[in-house]
Amino acid sequence: MALSFKMPEFLIKRQVETCSKCLLCVKQCANKVHYYDEKNDSFLTADENCVGCHRCAVICPTRSIYILKYPLEFRRNAYWTEETIKQIYKQAESGGILLAGTGTDRDYPIYWDKILINASQVTNPSIDPLREPMELKTFLGRRPKAITVEGKEIKEEIPPKLELEVPIMFAAMSFGAISLNAVKSLAKAAQKKGTYYNTGEGGLHRDLYQYGSNTTVQVASGRFGVHPDYLNAGAAIEIKIGQGAKPGIGGHLPGEKVGEEVSKTRMIPLGSDAISPAPHHDIYSIEDLRQLIFSLKEATDYKKPVGVKIAAVHNIAAIASGIARAGADFIVIDGFRGGTGAAPQRTRDNVGIPIELALAAVDSRLRDESIRNEVSLVVSGGIRNSADVIKAIALGADAVYIGTAALIALGCHMCQKCYTGKCNWGIATQDPQLTKRLDPEIGAQRAANLIKAWKHEIKDMLGGMGINAIESLRGNRLMLRGIGLTDTELKILGIKAAGE
Amino acid sequence: MAVSINYKGLNFRQAGELLKKAAADGEKQINLFNVNGQRYIAAGLKGNFFINIHGTPGNDLAAYMDGPEIFVMGNAQDGCCNTMNSGRVIINGSVGDIAGYAMRGGELFIKGNAGYRTGIHMKEYGDTVPVLVIGGRTGDFLGEYMAGGIIIVLGLGMEPCDEIVGNFCGTGMHGGVMYIRGKINPHKLGKEVKSVEMEEKDYILLEKYLKQFCAYFNESLHIIEESSFQKIVPFNKRPYGNLYTPH
Amino acid sequence: MDSKNFRIPSGCSICGIMNKKGRVFSGNDIIQSIALMHERSNGLGGGFAAYGIYPEYKNYYAFHLFYSDKNAKEETEHFLHQHFDVILGEKIPTRKIKSIKNPPLIWRYFLKPDSKRILLSDIEEENDYVFSCVMKINTYIKGAYVFSSGKNMGAFKGVGYPEDIGDFYRLDEYKGYIWTAHGRFPTNTPGWWGGAHPFTLLDWSVVHNGEISSYDTNRRFLEMYGYKCALQTDTEVITYTFDYLVRKQGLSLETAVKIVAPPFWSEIERLPKKEADFLRTLRYVYSSLLINGPFSIILGMSNGMLALNDRIKLRPLTAAVHGEFLYVASEESAIREICPQPHRVWAPKGGEPVIGFLEK
Repeated sequence: MALSFKMPEFLIKRQVETCSKCLLCVKQCANKVHYYDEKNDSFLTADENCVGCHRCAVICPTRSIYILKYPLEFRRNAYWTEETIKQIYKQAESGGILLAGTGTDRDYPIYWDKILINASQVTNPSIDPLREPMELKTFLGRRPKAITVEGKEIKEEIPPKLELEVPIMFAAMSFGAISLNAVKSLAKAAQKKGTYYNTGEGGLHRDLYQYGSNTTVQVASGRFGVHPDYLNAGAAIEIKIGQGAKPGIGGHLPGEKVGEEVSKTRMIPLGSDAISPAPHHDIYSIEDLRQLIFSLKEATDYKKPVGVKIAAVHNIAAIASGIARAGADFIVIDGFRGGTGAAPQRTRDNVGIPIELALAAVDSRLRDESIRNEVSLVVSGGIRNSADVIKAIALGADAVYIGTAALIALGCHMCQKCYTGKCNWGIATQDPQLTKRLDPEIGAQRAANLIKAWKHEIKDMLGGMGINAIESLRGNRLMLRGIGLTDTELKILGIKAAGE
Repeated sequence: MAVSINYKGLNFRQAGELLKKAAADGEKQINLFNVNGQRYIAAGLKGNFFINIHGTPGNDLAAYMDGPEIFVMGNAQDGCCNTMNSGRVIINGSVGDIAGYAMRGGELFIKGNAGYRTGIHMKEYGDTVPVLVIGGRTGDFLGEYMAGGIIIVLGLGMEPCDEIVGNFCGTGMHGGVMYIRGKINPHKLGKEVKSVEMEEKDYILLEKYLKQFCAYFNESLHIIEESSFQKIVPFNKRPYGNLYTPH
Repeated sequence: MDSKNFRIPSGCSICGIMNKKGRVFSGNDIIQSIALMHERSNGLGGGFAAYGIYPEYKNYYAFHLFYSDKNAKEETEHFLHQHFDVILGEKIPTRKIKSIKNPPLIWRYFLKPDSKRILLSDIEEENDYVFSCVMKINTYIKGAYVFSSGKNMGAFKGVGYPEDIGDFYRLDEYKGYIWTAHGRFPTNTPGWWGGAHPFTLLDWSVVHNGEISSYDTNRRFLEMYGYKCALQTDTEVITYTFDYLVRKQGLSLETAVKIVAPPFWSEIERLPKKEADFLRTLRYVYSSLLINGPFSIILGMSNGMLALNDRIKLRPLTAAVHGEFLYVASEESAIREICPQPHRVWAPKGGEPVIGFLEK
């Protein structure tokens, strides 16, 4: 066998003096980094297997494991970077498409961090959210153009809508991509906090039907697990056209991950690959999307809002306008930083546009066309904290989805190896030995805590702006200012520069 | 000897100078006539004398006041007794919003109604305990942030559709006590307060201030004596102890 | 008139008087009332709206215009002649007042819309035609600004203390059945007359105390439906909001109030189902028209007057009735100044409107 050029990314050090030899590290590492040599009563490490997930370091009772960057200096080269070189080695060895997990890690501008939020001083009192009412209730759905009031009754029938106690939902992550315990954690957290989680395209496991009123069921090109009970089990339906991490391409859940439960839930044979085609093959144009929207509405008796999720691509504004006109009740735009269980790295790192710009462009376009009030707008793809949520809503979103942030709350350490199925935190895996590490009760509490904390922070910032209902922030771009942005970027975002 | 000042046509600055001069001259009773809208009456005044106001004093009546007693024959506007230190203000009428804001001591008796955020952030320190007695009803946010002192609401002269206190009563309250006559709907209370049983000492305290109230406004103590009161106190002194996570 | 591009937050005083029988009275009372609240303004803006002042021209739209120069006037008059029969065009009579400096050219026109032009356009209603003309002048003619466009009513405003502005416009010589007034305390000094209150459109006029934190949400919603917020002021969006909800959407004034100052969700949940459903739907459909932040406003209409506070009452408002008169003001003393012993004086709750309609 030819020599492999692959070198470890991390170096494991063990502090022998403090190590209690409990062997937890050996037992728990699914990547088989730690070995115990009984004969010599010593530990060996396979550094090249380490993905940097921290599992061993975190569970080590004596804090005796250090994980360092592997000391392998490349000659400094601003163009042929270490990362570039290593990727070529890998591809030269395997001949394969580079695969990556989670959203892109590349150093693109983060517009959230170039946007600042306003606060009141003198001319307008800030509102104290701890003592005065502060309303975050949010609805997603189609609003009528006008209503007719007779007495205290509204004549028009109001289309179905989702009611959120907080403008944050858990993004689509399928059972298959993540474990059932991870899905259960999010489902329970959604129920606790009065919001919704999303099934992704993995169908709905029988244990999850009880969370139906907090569930958005997804219909993607693979149509896995889609049947009338599924469609009617959730509170809303989301058609997935694309995803920010991999716009324009489909998905592929490898047969190894299709165990008994996944097979049942997705309604495909055990061990077979679950392939999601790149497009929906009943949607080759916008009028076909309308057909799918209405077939789903027919199948659910017009009782559920139907949304459409698309990846943020160059022509996003026009596409979103088309979707609104095709009859979607809400539009989900997933920015290029959106997470994934597995995506071709070149696509993940190079295709799509930032959610901040996409959102601003879509909101402006829908207003130019006077249809913004008729459709709701949800954004996702890299929402990291409550300030991002505030900024998204002020730019024009009704609500946001969080995916990566929710998984981090459950214990994800961002090693980006979701596609290996060896997630030591029991999240992106179907291995029962690993999934049992995530207790859905604890997971639910952590995810719920995150929402609770963000909710407080959102209220604080809203109060600071002198606003006591979240709807008064929606599209309120005057509450934002840009810092370090070009005129073009400011123009697209529709905000002024700081100091203006 | 009493001295009179005619406020007709005076702006607050001119009027204030006359009042301050009278106080500095050691007048014990100062009558203000034709008062209408002049702000800051008796603001920051110290001493032991009496001011009688005929008309409608403007905002910030008795702000920072430290000692004098004021009787208003009519209504007062917003900010009455703002950050008052000691003394007494008796309003033979109603008051606007934020009456008793940050009041640290002294007494405010209101015959009629009080507006929004009455008694907001009243606080006590050492022996000084501010007291606020409202004969009628109040608007929303009664006793908001209240950190000390006593608020008594009697609900006299209400129409059947009226409610004795508005919404968010005692929101953020973390000190002091409120006595509210009759029953109030639990949803009116802020999340930081609870209703507790009245004790003997509460009745003694109530009686003291209600006797004063009845004397000032010729009310019969019977109406009040025959009623039940709800005592509202905060759950604890630190309602937000668990809110933060260290960075 | 470059100040069109700046948004100027401001604090203020407001008051309004209405005779419910529609009997007219001079502008003296309203001037006296607003003058009492001198402390609440800083001399950088004052204004009045008066209803019933042009009985002899009551069937015509009365446009009041500020011009920064003759060119603006010529261009506007050309536009007006194209779109209307101009029944009368004249300078608005003013007095020389020492404190009122550099007024613009102030003109008024009584106009009858050109019915042929309406037929040719895609606009169905006369009011919409007038509305679109106002929007066009204010957006496209440099140096011209229509600050009043209703029938048998007019706004009078400028840079100065309100009592001086009233004197300047000789309001003692007009008689109306509704008067509203505003004293302004802007937080910078634009020196532009159009920035003063009231803000009007057709028969609507709004005087406003407070600052609206939902401004951009409201503005961007209204701009979807033809409103051009040329002035970038909070108050303008309030005027347009009522125009949109009542005139364009056909909702009642009471329903519109429930949209701009809706009850809290916690209150809605406590109501009987039917009413809760009604309010829930209003909040849902028109969520972008909730007016957030502190405000007290007086809305003048040809058939009445409405005063309203924000939902948590962050600005002051007192109301009173006496005989045929309804009074509202930022301070009780401003009412007592002209009506010392009203029958009833009260402080309206946040979000609870005081509405007076003319008795017919």
